[in-house]
Amino acid sequence: MMIISETINKTQCYHCGDDCLSTNYIVDNKTFCCFGCKSVYQVLSVNKLGNYYSYNDHPGTNRANTDTRFDYLNEPDVIAELIDYRDDNISMITLYIPQIHCSSCLWLLEQLHKMNLAIHYSRVDFLKKQLNVRFDHHKINLQQLVELLYNIGYEPAISLHDVIKKQNAPNKDKLIQKIAVAGFCFGNVMLLSFPEYFGISVYEQSFRHFFGWLNILFSLPVVFYSGRDYFISAWHNLKNRVLNIDFPLALGIGVLFIRSVVDVFINNDPGFTDTLCGLVFFLLIGKFIQKKTYYHLSFERDYRSFFPVAVNVLVDGAEKPVSLSQLNTGKRIIIRNNEIIPADAILLKGNAIVDFSFVTGETLPVSKTLGEIIYAGGRQTGEAIELEVVKSVSQSYLTQLWNNEAFTRDKDNSNQTFNEKISKYFSIILLVIAFGALFFWVPFDYKRGLAAFTSVLIVACPCALALSTPFTMAAALSIFDRNLFYLKNTRVVEQLASVDTIVMDKTGTITNNNNNAINGSIEMTALQQQLIYSACSNSLHPLSKLICKHLNEMPKLTIDKYEEIPGKGIIATIGGHKILVGNSSLVFAQFQQTQGVSIVHILIDDNYLGYFTTQHTFRTGLRDVAKLSARHYDLFLLSGDQDHEKKSLMRLFGSDSNLLFNQSPQDKLDFIQNLQTQNHKVMMIGDGLNDSGALKQSNVGIAITDDVNNFSPGSDAILDGRSFKKIPAFLGFSKDAVKVIHISFLISLMYNLAGLSYAVTGNLSPLFAAILMPVSTVTVISFTSIATHLFARKRKLI
Amino acid sequence: MSILYFLIGCSVVLALIFLCAFFWAQRSGQNDDLYTPSIRILLDDDDENDTEK
Repeated sequence: MMIISETINKTQCYHCGDDCLSTNYIVDNKTFCCFGCKSVYQVLSVNKLGNYYSYNDHPGTNRANTDTRFDYLNEPDVIAELIDYRDDNISMITLYIPQIHCSSCLWLLEQLHKMNLAIHYSRVDFLKKQLNVRFDHHKINLQQLVELLYNIGYEPAISLHDVIKKQNAPNKDKLIQKIAVAGFCFGNVMLLSFPEYFGISVYEQSFRHFFGWLNILFSLPVVFYSGRDYFISAWHNLKNRVLNIDFPLALGIGVLFIRSVVDVFINNDPGFTDTLCGLVFFLLIGKFIQKKTYYHLSFERDYRSFFPVAVNVLVDGAEKPVSLSQLNTGKRIIIRNNEIIPADAILLKGNAIVDFSFVTGETLPVSKTLGEIIYAGGRQTGEAIELEVVKSVSQSYLTQLWNNEAFTRDKDNSNQTFNEKISKYFSIILLVIAFGALFFWVPFDYKRGLAAFTSVLIVACPCALALSTPFTMAAALSIFDRNLFYLKNTRVVEQLASVDTIVMDKTGTITNNNNNAINGSIEMTALQQQLIYSACSNSLHPLSKLICKHLNEMPKLTIDKYEEIPGKGIIATIGGHKILVGNSSLVFAQFQQTQGVSIVHILIDDNYLGYFTTQHTFRTGLRDVAKLSARHYDLFLLSGDQDHEKKSLMRLFGSDSNLLFNQSPQDKLDFIQNLQTQNHKVMMIGDGLNDSGALKQSNVGIAITDDVNNFSPGSDAILDGRSFKKIPAFLGFSKDAVKVIHISFLISLMYNLAGLSYAVTGNLSPLFAAILMPVSTVTVISFTSIATHLFARKRKLI
Repeated sequence: MSILYFLIGCSVVLALIFLCAFFWAQRSGQNDDLYTPSIRILLDDDDENDTEK
């Protein structure tokens, strides 16, 4: 008996690789952990798609807790919203499937046509985790398609507010095409300019005209197609009375072009087309490198991408799917296992055990009693419940947060980057020098004056300056990326460097989500331990699993009778002993509300042994993060919980003045706002939907998550929980990155000064300009990438 | 030396063809997904006689 139970404990599910706790699910000599996994296997083997299991071991994802319905996919307006294209026979749809993770997934999802002939074609985009399906909608409707996917274990995440899809939509700015054109022209112009550099003999002058003429031709698309955005941006900024870096750039491009045309057609000189094309080409490369896309991450999510599309409403005793926007107060809704409660509602019927982990970060489900209000955002686990909606979706306790003006304001305007600040002064000084040179020479020689004026604008064109920020930031971003810290854009690095106040959420942010520890000092005999272990190992409740883990693995005893009462606990009879494991309502027959902590009482044969409590374990490195207060950072902790963990937190944070408890989502937002009015630059670290307001309001909002593919609230950056301990290094490194930008600015300024000293005399040769520009660019780019990597090594980030 | 005119013309036309080819590839979405094909190539084609599960 003992040996058998040992081997069962060690078997892994053929589908998902989890440990199999029972022997109930065996097909074809293969064991499965749950009904869901088994049924996927059966569907696949019927369709002769067993190859799925040959590419990877245990390619599936666990299917223990799924019970979803897709009725709403028959509503015409929902279909119209979701489908990309539809004609008389064919529909095309792009579905986001978070489970895609290995080559087996790819293989199986591209074999859909074998399972249903109405599906013509299916294609996976692996990085975006998207599936493109083309199907005949007369033979298979959208609901059937989604159910088919669900049956093979790939449930698409359907949401009307599809940010991932929007984000991955093809780019309209055609940057790549512009780079291609600029690169093509640059290459040709360089080639045609070489004869000029080496000198053309007198009797080959006709070539000189030909080359100059061709060069002008090549620079036309560079100026009017590739470089167009610089003119547009400079014009827009001038209209708004802002001088940004695009102004001197556009000026440089324009002057280079006009001067070249004049030189070639009137003065019979070679012109500056090589410099012009190189400039635009390098600038566009800088723009390209600055754009980093994380296909699988989204920084713009709000509650809508987390809430379902529709909910089942009871109308005259029958269920009918109703889309969330039409869900009014007073409606009765049915929420099944694993569905999300979309609006604040009163519990009318059923056992509600609600998992608020997305909202608060607390992983243990909370049980609710009849008549209690359940806030929106919780996920029901267990049986179906009936609720009455008391507030509409957008006015619920949690969701009304999004009505705050923090969500409508464009926060990027508030912080100017170094580049923006400096380019204002740069432009003014540049114009002063250019006009100074012009007016100095005009009285003697107006031609020389014009030459000097244009030369100044050409030489001082801040190519290296414009490139130093993108290249440094791109290098910094890739270093952060390597350390599982994903920044929304390069701007965030500079804001990270300016932070002086750090605000943290508690549950799920500084505590570990998956690693709750059980705390219990119960004196038990070995037999009692074994009894409790045997009873708890049958339950899938997170607390039972924790108790099993706490007791360590041991042989299981045969269970005679077993009953699990949802929301209460376990009653089991093992070898003549009666065991009660559960909360106070089960063990003492009266319910005591305990805030925050879960208490599990143990009663064996009417002997009360004591209780287990859960305790949060803090993330590794919290001590290092707390030490930031010694490095001139103000640390605050905002928690939605009661203050029962205050003591252990005080030891870490030093004083209790910075610890705030019982904070509502709105309180958190207001707190950040208050700090900002005192001129603090605030970094907020949070994980749940309840932190969304604070994340949005703060200067840098970091969403922390243990699985980056999971939902995370809208933020400026997403941090993998494993890298929490590196936060001090990240902050230090962001300062280093800004330092690198400053130094590279000085370097490019030196080149500019060297060039200017030539230019003001009006004797700038095209060859000199053609050499100076790339040399300064290459110096700055190599300096920034080398320096960033050195700093990263110093901070032990690579 | 006037052959140079012809040669330069040829080289420019040739380069333009490549540029057009790149534009065509970009427009037809060949560069949209640069990762998935690297996995797809490792998957076997289905063998109808394959009885392995």
